[in-house]
Amino acid sequence: MVRSSLPRDARLIAALAAAKATGAAIRGLGRGGGTAAPGLVAERIDPRLLDKIARRLPQGTVVVAGTNGKTTVSRMLADILLANGSRVAHNRSGSNLMRGVASAFASQADLMGSPRADIGVIESDEAAFPEIVRRVQPSVVLLNNLFRDQLDRYGELDTIASQWAPALRSLPAEAIVVVNADDPTLATITDGIGARRVTFGLDDNNPSFLLTEVPHAADAKTCRHCGRDLAYDRLYSAHLGAWRCPGCGAERPPLDFAGRSIVLDGVDALRLEVSLPEGAEGALSLQLMIPGLYNAYNAVAATAVARTLDVPQQTIARALRGYRSAFGRIERVTYRGRSLTLALVKNPVGFNETLRMLTVATGGLTVPTLIAINDLAADGRDVSWLWDVDFEMLSQGSAPLFTTGIRGADMANRLKYAGVPAERIRPLPVDLASGLDAFVDCLPDGATGYVLLTYTALLGLRQALANRGAVDHFWEQ
Amino acid sequence: MNLKLTIGWLYASKMNIYGDRGNVIALRRRAEWRGIPVEVQEIGMGEPIPSDVDLFFWGGGQDQEQVAVADDLQGAKGEALRSAVADGAAMLAVCGGYQLLGHEYRPHAAEPLPGIGLFDATSIAGPERFIGNVVVESRWGELVGFENHSGLTTLGPSVEPMGRVRVGRGNNGRDGTEGAIYRNAVGCYLHGSLLPKNPVLADWLVARALERRHGFVDLPALPDDMEHAAHSSAVQRSILTR
Repeated sequence: MVRSSLPRDARLIAALAAAKATGAAIRGLGRGGGTAAPGLVAERIDPRLLDKIARRLPQGTVVVAGTNGKTTVSRMLADILLANGSRVAHNRSGSNLMRGVASAFASQADLMGSPRADIGVIESDEAAFPEIVRRVQPSVVLLNNLFRDQLDRYGELDTIASQWAPALRSLPAEAIVVVNADDPTLATITDGIGARRVTFGLDDNNPSFLLTEVPHAADAKTCRHCGRDLAYDRLYSAHLGAWRCPGCGAERPPLDFAGRSIVLDGVDALRLEVSLPEGAEGALSLQLMIPGLYNAYNAVAATAVARTLDVPQQTIARALRGYRSAFGRIERVTYRGRSLTLALVKNPVGFNETLRMLTVATGGLTVPTLIAINDLAADGRDVSWLWDVDFEMLSQGSAPLFTTGIRGADMANRLKYAGVPAERIRPLPVDLASGLDAFVDCLPDGATGYVLLTYTALLGLRQALANRGAVDHFWEQ
Repeated sequence: MNLKLTIGWLYASKMNIYGDRGNVIALRRRAEWRGIPVEVQEIGMGEPIPSDVDLFFWGGGQDQEQVAVADDLQGAKGEALRSAVADGAAMLAVCGGYQLLGHEYRPHAAEPLPGIGLFDATSIAGPERFIGNVVVESRWGELVGFENHSGLTTLGPSVEPMGRVRVGRGNNGRDGTEGAIYRNAVGCYLHGSLLPKNPVLADWLVARALERRHGFVDLPALPDDMEHAAHSSAVQRSILTR
């Protein structure tokens, strides 16, 4: 990419001025973070704003896509690149539709359209992925996983996969696709593409991480070549693992980067080793202050991309050691003398992994838990996905389960049918602020509570907490 | 009397999106809470219809899976399903399953998929996707669920609709009907795990299923406060978001 002698682009300059004014006006009015509207305004004036800024980034752009973990992986990656001395343009607030990406890039360019960054990191919505790829011409694409999510918005898994496949085939030979090979759908749609493929996954035989059967919430249960049910030598989560097809012989490709020797420390931390393709250099040891097997996947993904970009190993380890969870992804808040652990839940696989993390060490739920379910557009209007989550895991244990949110009643009913005894199910008012206070009233002073929330419930609850001075607004993080 | 309920879950691993398994969970629990043991038999591709099934459930699926399943049901298997229903077996089929119980389903740019003609109904892929909450007035009172389909179903003269839509689009967005009933078989587009928040319909299916082998069965009432709360909040949302 050449940066010298950029021509003046009157349309781009006008669009950037409008974006910056819109963002400032929204924040000035106290109406929120201004994470999407500036991009919307700017793209009206110059529909190619994002394309133009992205192509002026000297080290190109990394696009991060996947159902779960894309906010975490892209934040990890941005932290690693910053630690390596790069200036990074990133839609860090997690506003990941086209307009949110355009807003972020507009705010990180000067008024002439020159980016004040060396490299871009874009967290991409699944539906927006093909268009983002076409427009920014990424140097690296990271595909983290593909699960069932908000069918009313995205359609079925097959639909997403068939929209991604041509976008991936269109990438040139010099582009790199870093893919979670444990995901059979992603491994198959990246097989034989023109871009260079780099694979990652897990290789850990610790039986406490292995599932004995494919959970109900997994979608990619059959071979995309021949339709036979896939078999697993090791299954870690949903349909992720060392898979093979007994029919046509397709199987997980060899891993360039493999996570192993994973040690989970409850809801607090984890450690693992990542084997590197360099071979002789052995493995990279990572320690993270975020929990759960799913974050082991995220750390391996970020490591694979960073090594592909030639970031030194110790820089990666140092940046990941300092990584703190993103907005609502296992976040600790002190409120009225109680310690609350907030976790975003947005689809069956993510919800299952969160429940697994909360119950695996203790054999059941031991901490009082509030579940807040909304059904606004960003949550998915359809709450039937709650029936794909294995709440049966909660039937053991003694802790009470409280429900709130617009569809709190559906949640309480789901718990009843999961076999949770009626006396442990406590429906609270649907209003989040009232629900939260009623929940906190039930916790002894100094006690801990878990709060699991859908996306807009998290926004609403954090707003309530921010109004009471307990947390920062998310755009200030 | 030794009551036992055997549920036959058609294509459980291939067709079960949108939380459809909640229907099977609801049927199982509501029988077990009354002391009736339940066995769930999954009926997969290439497997025959077991003769001891009292109640069939069939959920929705992705397009690719619907093609394979349509083929599997032709011949003896479809015939066995039809005669079980003719003999009084109960059934609930949702979306993709409902469509393949009609005469045929015509997708957009592909060969028509033959159904088994259990319902006098025909479905064709429409230009628009109907997505949203649905409230239906039916013989069981008000039913509430969530529709997400582009198939348009038209009923023939020998089948009655499950009900009329008060909120939502229903069978085809034109005639105000939703679903179909033939004997003790109910087909419909209502996902959202229909039965857990419509316990009246769940109990009707359980009662009809048991009656076939055991004669009249009086199911004692259950404390349904949570079911009713979920039902009324869903109805409220349906009206607000229509």
